[in-house]
Amino acid sequence: MRVSRALMARYAFCYLMLAIPTALFVVFRIIPIARTLQLSTLNWDLISPAKPFVGLGNFRELLLDPNFQLALSNTTIFAAVTVTASVVLALLVALPLARGVRLEGLYQLLYFLPFVAPTVPEAVAWKWICDTRYGVLNYLLSLVGLGPVSWLTEPRATLWAVIIMSVWKTLGYNMILFIVGLRAIPAEYTEAALIDGAAGWRHFRSITLPLLMPTVLLITVISTIAAYNVFTQVYVLASDIQGSPAGLVRVLIYDIFENAFRFYRMGYASAEATVFFVIVLGLTLIQFRVLRSQTE
Amino acid sequence: MRGGPRLLFIHAFLAAWAIVMVFPFVWMLSTSVKPATEIIQFPPPLLPHVPTFANYVRAFQAAPFGRFLVNSLIVTFVSTMVVLVTSSMAGYVFGKYRFPGRTVIFLILLATAILPLETYMVPLYLTMRDWRWINTYQGLLAPYLMMSFGVFIMRQYFQSTFPDDLMDAARIDGASEWRIFTHVAVPTALSAMAAVGIFAAIQAWTAFIWPLIIASTQNMYTTEVGLAVFQKRYTADYGAITAGAIVSILPVTAIFLFFRRYITQGIAFTGFR
Repeated sequence: MRVSRALMARYAFCYLMLAIPTALFVVFRIIPIARTLQLSTLNWDLISPAKPFVGLGNFRELLLDPNFQLALSNTTIFAAVTVTASVVLALLVALPLARGVRLEGLYQLLYFLPFVAPTVPEAVAWKWICDTRYGVLNYLLSLVGLGPVSWLTEPRATLWAVIIMSVWKTLGYNMILFIVGLRAIPAEYTEAALIDGAAGWRHFRSITLPLLMPTVLLITVISTIAAYNVFTQVYVLASDIQGSPAGLVRVLIYDIFENAFRFYRMGYASAEATVFFVIVLGLTLIQFRVLRSQTE
Repeated sequence: MRGGPRLLFIHAFLAAWAIVMVFPFVWMLSTSVKPATEIIQFPPPLLPHVPTFANYVRAFQAAPFGRFLVNSLIVTFVSTMVVLVTSSMAGYVFGKYRFPGRTVIFLILLATAILPLETYMVPLYLTMRDWRWINTYQGLLAPYLMMSFGVFIMRQYFQSTFPDDLMDAARIDGASEWRIFTHVAVPTALSAMAAVGIFAAIQAWTAFIWPLIIASTQNMYTTEVGLAVFQKRYTADYGAITAGAIVSILPVTAIFLFFRRYITQGIAFTGFR
């Protein structure tokens, strides 16, 4: 009897401790997630009292919406190129850093800085670097006889400007994860390889890379999820909000943002957010499979 | 076994990349103290011949950057404090107690972490509208009061590092569970809390799309939103825009330089972004 009362008191303590955190999660995250799915079946302009149920109508309209198609293809191209470049470059710098070189700490710091600094001022800096007439990028290109490229007014080039900046921003994060993965490879493998006379590229191809493959996959998936989420640098470098003359790169989040907060199409934007939700969920399932095969 | 030339090549490669990575920051800093004539000089000079602070003066005249900074500081401070409290309370209970529903509640809190704010910002905005939280500090803070990553880190800490013996000893001394938490557990967890706090601070300071939709008048803009709007309005005055960018990038970069060990360890630990 005494024991069970003590146990009850302890349970009560646990639930009391969890009450506030759980309430915050439910109100500000879980309910909104559920309401996204619900809203996606309605047609609502934020003002009128009527919110007619349209079933899958919003999704059907999305399929035929050229803006949405453009956003989806831009985001996919952006994600594919950015993630590939960022992962390859991060691995290239992580290889020597994981083995330990002089000034290792300084290099890590400098590579990592763009990831942790806020994106808006960074994008402002890149906007000036990419300026068609006075930008450093075109100056460097002119040194090798190329350009000038209209980085911020020609849509194709603008997408590339956003990609270049995003690779620069995410490289350091992937580098940290690669260094952890590389250092987790047991030293015996490297020693055995050295005895066998495998060094350099052969050593990397036949020993390091296969052992590192789970890390590569994991980083690729994490980066892809983040890349589909791109918004801030697009907003600064490549949006036409407030009449700025910049070229527009329509990405998924930008399109959701515009439909919801410029055109007040709440149901339609929610349907689009639901598509985004499904993409993230799919990528996460892949991530879990990778993680599981890693622990097995 | 490895020759000198190879090592030299590695260093040249790493140094070249370091220059590429740092260049935008250097360029930003240099542009912010260049007079207008040098900003549009081509080829662009790396450093200003006649450094000037006029760009900063114009930036602060054109937009209330002081107000933006205060708003960012308020949001970042409150968010960090609340995240620390909620994360350590939940993490402690998940790490140290067994009770019905523990796994289910933990999974629910963690599972939602995979979904970025952008997936549910529309209904959350509608809730803020119903509550009249648009254009308020509460509204800016709402999604930044809890952090799955924080709960996870604190649970890992208490589970693996905080010994049960300390709790039992305190119980024998007659301490209540709450007192054990506040007087025994929390004081040992400061370095784990530092890691969580830094992530919370960076997340709140760098937040963009949420304050962009919640802050509807200039006096509620955070630094990020203020700068983004300002740079669209004054596209011609690049000196002033860059000065504003420097003002907004300095605080969080200082935090980073000061606490970077916690950040890289935290990422290595969970793969959090």
